[in-house]
Amino acid sequence: MATTAERVEREAKLEGVGCARKRKEDPRFIQGKGNYVDDLKLPGTVFGVVVRSPYAHARIKSINKDKALKLPGVLAVLTANDLKPLKLHWMPTLAGDVQAVLADEKVCFQYQEVAMVIAENRYIAADGADLVEVEYEELPAVVDPHKALEPNAPVIRDDIKDKKEAGQGPRRHHNHIFTWEVGDKAGTDKVFQSAEVTVKQAMVNPRVHPCPLETCGCVASFDKVRGELTVYMTSQAPHVIRTVVSLLSGLPESKIRVVSPDIGGGFGNKVGVYPGYVCAIVASIVLGRPVKWIETRIENLATTAFARDYHLVGELAADKNGRIKALRVNVIADHGAFNSHAQPTKWPAGLFSICTGSYDIPVAHVKVDGVYTNKAPGGVAYRCSFRVTEAVHLIERMIDVLAQKLNVDKAEIRMRNFIKREQFPYTSALGWQYDSGDYHTALKKVLDAVNYPALRKEQEEKRKRGELMGIGLCTFTEIVGAGPTKACDILGIGMFDSAEIRVHPTGSVIARMGTITQGQGHATTYAQIIASELGLPSENIQIEEGDTSTAPYGLGTYGSRSTPVGGAATAMAARKIRDKARKIAAHLLEVPEGDLEWDIDRFKVKGVPGQEKTMKEIAWAAYNNVPEGMEMGLEAVDYYDPPNFTYPFGAYLAVVDIDRYTGETKVRRFYALDDCGTRINPMIIEGQIHGGLTEAFAVAMGQKLEFDEGGNLLSNSLMDYFVPTAAETPKWELDHTVTKSPHHPIGAKGVAESPHVGGIPCLNNAVVDAFAHLGVTDMEMPHTAYSVWKTIHKLGLDKR
Amino acid sequence: MIPATFEYHAPSNLKEAIRLLGEHNSGAKILAGGHSLLPMMKLRFAAPAHLIDLNRVPELKGIREQGGMIRIGAMTTENEIIASELLRTKCPLLPEAARQIADPQVRNCGTVGGDIAHGDPGNDHPAIALATEASFVLTGPKGERTVAADGFFLGTYSTQLQADEILTEIRVPAIGKGTGWAYCKLKRKTGDFATAAAAVQLQLDGNTCKKIVIALTNVAPTALKAKDAAALLTGKTIDDKLIEQAAQKVMSICDPAEDLRGDREYKTHMAAEMTRRAIRLALERAKGK
Repeated sequence: MATTAERVEREAKLEGVGCARKRKEDPRFIQGKGNYVDDLKLPGTVFGVVVRSPYAHARIKSINKDKALKLPGVLAVLTANDLKPLKLHWMPTLAGDVQAVLADEKVCFQYQEVAMVIAENRYIAADGADLVEVEYEELPAVVDPHKALEPNAPVIRDDIKDKKEAGQGPRRHHNHIFTWEVGDKAGTDKVFQSAEVTVKQAMVNPRVHPCPLETCGCVASFDKVRGELTVYMTSQAPHVIRTVVSLLSGLPESKIRVVSPDIGGGFGNKVGVYPGYVCAIVASIVLGRPVKWIETRIENLATTAFARDYHLVGELAADKNGRIKALRVNVIADHGAFNSHAQPTKWPAGLFSICTGSYDIPVAHVKVDGVYTNKAPGGVAYRCSFRVTEAVHLIERMIDVLAQKLNVDKAEIRMRNFIKREQFPYTSALGWQYDSGDYHTALKKVLDAVNYPALRKEQEEKRKRGELMGIGLCTFTEIVGAGPTKACDILGIGMFDSAEIRVHPTGSVIARMGTITQGQGHATTYAQIIASELGLPSENIQIEEGDTSTAPYGLGTYGSRSTPVGGAATAMAARKIRDKARKIAAHLLEVPEGDLEWDIDRFKVKGVPGQEKTMKEIAWAAYNNVPEGMEMGLEAVDYYDPPNFTYPFGAYLAVVDIDRYTGETKVRRFYALDDCGTRINPMIIEGQIHGGLTEAFAVAMGQKLEFDEGGNLLSNSLMDYFVPTAAETPKWELDHTVTKSPHHPIGAKGVAESPHVGGIPCLNNAVVDAFAHLGVTDMEMPHTAYSVWKTIHKLGLDKR
Repeated sequence: MIPATFEYHAPSNLKEAIRLLGEHNSGAKILAGGHSLLPMMKLRFAAPAHLIDLNRVPELKGIREQGGMIRIGAMTTENEIIASELLRTKCPLLPEAARQIADPQVRNCGTVGGDIAHGDPGNDHPAIALATEASFVLTGPKGERTVAADGFFLGTYSTQLQADEILTEIRVPAIGKGTGWAYCKLKRKTGDFATAAAAVQLQLDGNTCKKIVIALTNVAPTALKAKDAAALLTGKTIDDKLIEQAAQKVMSICDPAEDLRGDREYKTHMAAEMTRRAIRLALERAKGK
């Protein structure tokens, strides 16, 4: 019999699920050997530079390309008129709207794409762009979504001004896009009418930008002889891009190859199809040469996929003990000039209706109105699952407001309202089926770890001395892993994902997935899943993603869907291989399959020591000695349609100290407990949480795309758009519980976005809590020193 | 982010640099550390036809003492200022301020001369030069002249430096006994310009403030010398009440531009707050605490 020690050693050798193995990707990256799209040097490459509008709203009176075309080295200047014959001057959006590829008669936001200059190199292209003369007639701009809905507001979209519908239901105003409602309105209103206590709070999730280190870009290369198009691009969803390119260009999908090389961060910014891509592809088809287009930082911040811009009003009805009886939410959603937000097609507000949070709320109603403004189009999930950050922000602020009104402790009110462990699976008032959770245990663990009563006591003493100290809590539930194809699709394609695994005769493995890593560490973690499922060491398991010519079709990586969907497909494909391996083992050992048992990395004959076949032996046999009637080889493909989303959760606590003379906030402590179910690689999870918390800190404390009244973007560089460095970033203390997902093959839930989704409300709540004793119930993010000082000064707290 | 075409010159001595500047005059720009000029060129806010790089001019480097005066070559980098033992003991306000400029990468290239000559009120050295009562050596085709820092800064990007001159040296008096100093800078993040900053250098005689200079960064079109505030404190024993009065005086001279760092009211209040903190810290240091 195998000893325990021997079995432990065998298992450890696999470096499978649960092992904190180092990332396979890192030796390449830390040696500067990554390969990003701008590193690509195809022979004969030419460069495109986009000419952009200096105005947020203007009519284009004329475009004169003559001077640019005369500059030696300029090959072409594309404008809307050039794209018109191809019907590519406008393109459809994922949300049923259309978006201008190059401005057609007018521009609707500052930096909008007006023309693309293609030249022999990027220097000439930049000079050429300067020489394109565009004559504008400036129009009044509207940047505030509330003002956009006023009767006399400027018409932003002349192209659809008479249309009663813009792809997502009826419109009621020329700048209105859609109304989306969910829940029981009558039932909710009734509870509010008779409630013992109600609270109401307006709040804003400001417009922010994911700002990945690497900006967007592509190299489009059309082979005129073969009629084949290859597009190398920084895409989080290469397969979907291929489908979209095929639909737009008319080229068969089989003649298009999309390759996502190494990606320097995505965070939602690299999901969409942008005008620069379309122009580069058209230019390559016309010129028959590879065309490279790479955004500058200003272009990235100003034009490609912002996030948030949700203007919310929340209301809670409760009894006098603080038990919540109903939730009502009204949202004005600013989608910018074109409704090109990236969400599953049927969800105009994404998964915002998860806004009942971790609480057992009997009835709720949510209404979201989408609005056009003279700002860049989009609306992506910035390190979150479709609008979940906005949802968590809303409920976590509201429960604090309720606690303040009732003078109940903010931890205690959460304990009173949590969905209980025994209520799972739990169906929320807005229709989601939460798979598993244990919220009370998580919060209790955090409160004990930080000695919560002592912190509150310290705060009370500091308040007496006029010092500002805040304690923020956030007990969030995420909804990730889009998603069940009955509920989620993109342009009609269900949001499944896929894995294809091949075991070689020597027992090494190559696996390809439909997802694409952008820093998540897929090459490491997927290999661990396969290692545990197949009993083959992860060291010899190679993971490939991002090339549509080799990888199976998948919907890509965003919304924490890789582990819940791609990881599930990986486990399921591995299990198909193990099923075949069992048959081969039975054949080799000459016993019925039922006599075999799986033991880490081998099949054993039950009760007969020594009678066993390792996976390595079985892999060899798969290529020379299989049972009669069985195909040779050892490989499998799985397209996984998840039965449900997964619902990771966490309990976070932040302590902040605020300088009452400057408004500066110092995050003294941040304790984050996450529960993402099964933990595949604890080290990678910790890294993900560090990154997510840091981005949460960025959003809560500094990030905002600021506009002046004329629609000029003021924060268009990293001087004014806050990206924290190690010097600003607080220390993160991590903890975890494990509540497995009951429906996921290995019980995992997804984790990368939880810290962002939960971290922002936690820090926000901490800052507001510092002023709660003075009756403050909300402060607008980001909490820069200047912004916090305004509250301080208004309250007279800085008097000497 | 690609600049317009320009010609690059790399003179190996000061004479050659001045000759080149004279030849190309208004079409030329001097390149020192490049951390202000190059971003402006990349954004095409500046498009000089000629760039004259001073990085290969050895006589513009180095820190030395001569007759109670510390002479700092204009091409001395911020990191060299931070590392200088001479400055640490004789002009400690300089390394204290340099440490608060941008980040280590910028400080490796950014120079004290470039910081001053650019005339940007957001730069830190102008206020430091005012507080330390420094003077600047300006060299042109007709030789050199020395001007006091006080009066050198005329407006945003505008100084007494003529188009054919190069700022070649900064001269700073060594501190005397009983001197305290402080540079208190409020900024949004590493690498940012000051929302407001105050430089203070004072000298105590027993408990009496024999002399004090207060200068402010980024709260007006130029760095400001807060003369009235200093006068209030001179010859007195500085206490909280006097500090508060000085802070109020400081607020009365601020004329900041609103931007994302704050509105005029906030920046004015922060200039006062940084002044309070700088005076307190300078006092502690003067008393040897």
